[in-house]
Amino acid sequence: MIEVRDLSKRFGATLAVDGLNFAVAAGEILGFLGPNGAGKTTTMRLLTGFFPPTSGAAFIAGHDVVEEPLAARRAVGYLPENVPLYVGMRVREYLDFVGAAKGLDKLAARREGMRVMEATGITARAGQLIKQLSKGFRQRVGLAQALLGDPPVLILDEPTIGLDPGQIVEIRGLIKGMAGQKTVIFSSHILGEVAAVCQRVVIIAQGRLVAQGPPSLLSPEAQARALRLVAQAAPERLAQVLAAVPGVLSQEPLALAAGQEGCAALRLTLASGPQVVAAVARAVVEAGLGLVELTPLSQSLEEVFVQLTRGEPGPAAPTQAETQA
Amino acid sequence: MRGLQAIYLRELRAYFHSPIAYVLWVGFLLLTGYFFYSGTMYYALASLQTMQNPMGGGPNLHDYLVAPLLGNMSVLMMLMAPLLTMRLLSEEKRSGTLELLLSYPLGDLAVVLGKFLAALSMLALILAPTLLHMLILTWLGPVHWPGLLLGYLGLLLLGGGFVALGLLASACTENQIVAAVTAFAGLLLLWVLRWSGGLAGPTWGPLVEFLSLSLHFENLAKGLFDTADLAYFLLFMGFFLVASLRVLEAKRWKA
Repeated sequence: MIEVRDLSKRFGATLAVDGLNFAVAAGEILGFLGPNGAGKTTTMRLLTGFFPPTSGAAFIAGHDVVEEPLAARRAVGYLPENVPLYVGMRVREYLDFVGAAKGLDKLAARREGMRVMEATGITARAGQLIKQLSKGFRQRVGLAQALLGDPPVLILDEPTIGLDPGQIVEIRGLIKGMAGQKTVIFSSHILGEVAAVCQRVVIIAQGRLVAQGPPSLLSPEAQARALRLVAQAAPERLAQVLAAVPGVLSQEPLALAAGQEGCAALRLTLASGPQVVAAVARAVVEAGLGLVELTPLSQSLEEVFVQLTRGEPGPAAPTQAETQA
Repeated sequence: MRGLQAIYLRELRAYFHSPIAYVLWVGFLLLTGYFFYSGTMYYALASLQTMQNPMGGGPNLHDYLVAPLLGNMSVLMMLMAPLLTMRLLSEEKRSGTLELLLSYPLGDLAVVLGKFLAALSMLALILAPTLLHMLILTWLGPVHWPGLLLGYLGLLLLGGGFVALGLLASACTENQIVAAVTAFAGLLLLWVLRWSGGLAGPTWGPLVEFLSLSLHFENLAKGLFDTADLAYFLLFMGFFLVASLRVLEAKRWKA
């Protein structure tokens, strides 16, 4: 439904988007992640045809956004980051305008307006001036105008920013409810949100694709595992045994807990996959060393994210290869 | 087409959502009312004097009263138009609504034309009540209606030129004040250009004069119709509208 090929955008000396490639299947909800200034908004503006790419191409519903801008834009509902609305208008009047601007006749525009107000829960505010609405309601009006005309593709730039927790849950629920019906790209830097709502994530940093895959890509388990291993052995002997196990990327000594005298404790970093953990356990036992403790050391979601966007070589690459295969 | 209409109606409504339209309306009518009053009083005085003149031949109503009144209105319009056009694009750029507007399936042309026509219509609406003055004149003497309507056509054409130039100024900046000042400076320059025609020598002088807005309006105010004047105004509007369109497109490329 959405396809981005070698997309680049240069502003003067800065390369905001650098050779981006990804695709979103129909009905999929894609989380678009990256630190601030990574090029998320620029990519979204390229997709909505606000400005053309320096090189590369983007397609929406099969239409090149540069060559067939009107056809591409007809398929898109867009919610820009800070929700720019005509604040002097009333909600219904504004949605009537959006309907007409999207090419609907008066009656259809009114009907669509009613539908999207219902869907976003703003029917009761129809007669209010937009400038008198709270941030949360403005956000909903923004979402309503994006939904108006029932476009198959939605591009939402930070739709939950600045909302209170209750509102965030509601907007997320709205987006999640569109799975299967709409193709959605939404950007965020709240990682939990992306994990909760999306079927797939694309992570960019400095305009480049860093990783893409299922949201579990971000889950600490999918990343390089850190394990705490305690065994009844001399530290040197243990290190020797573990060095022979393929998949053990590094080991460093850890302090022992109380009651673990005579043991050695290590922090192991492993390549992902349960086989490696099993191999570690087997190697320790087969060497005749008493395995006392084998605990996963969890990384937080944020640590995973930082690790990914710093461009450190992590095991994200295989995940990417898997999804592309 | 539906998009153009949507933009047009929204812009026109936006004038009434802000006090700008009302303030300009009241100001314009107050001033034109004053000019009308003083004009008719002088006309009455002049008529009285010629009545005592045995040679006869009173002052011509159109030349003595209507044409100068139209001239005054044209100057007021020049002061007003930049205030009507300053927000057209600059406000949308500053508040970010332009980004959303340009994500709708509208051509850039629909955006530019819709806004142009809305501002011109607003100007025409402000102008319309002055026709009442002209109706009052029918009690005073023989009004030359074709000449008078040509004068109003001239005001509309002139207004179109003012608005087109103002739109370009608004497309170039995010700041409304800058847009208004730029537009006003440009209009005033084009207005007074003819006075320096003589300085430009026999070759360039007529060209400089020809470029001046006031020269072409004056003919129409006098009730003279010349296709050259019509062509001038249409080209003037076309030039500034195309320029606005290009600026809008260029902003997209650079943005």
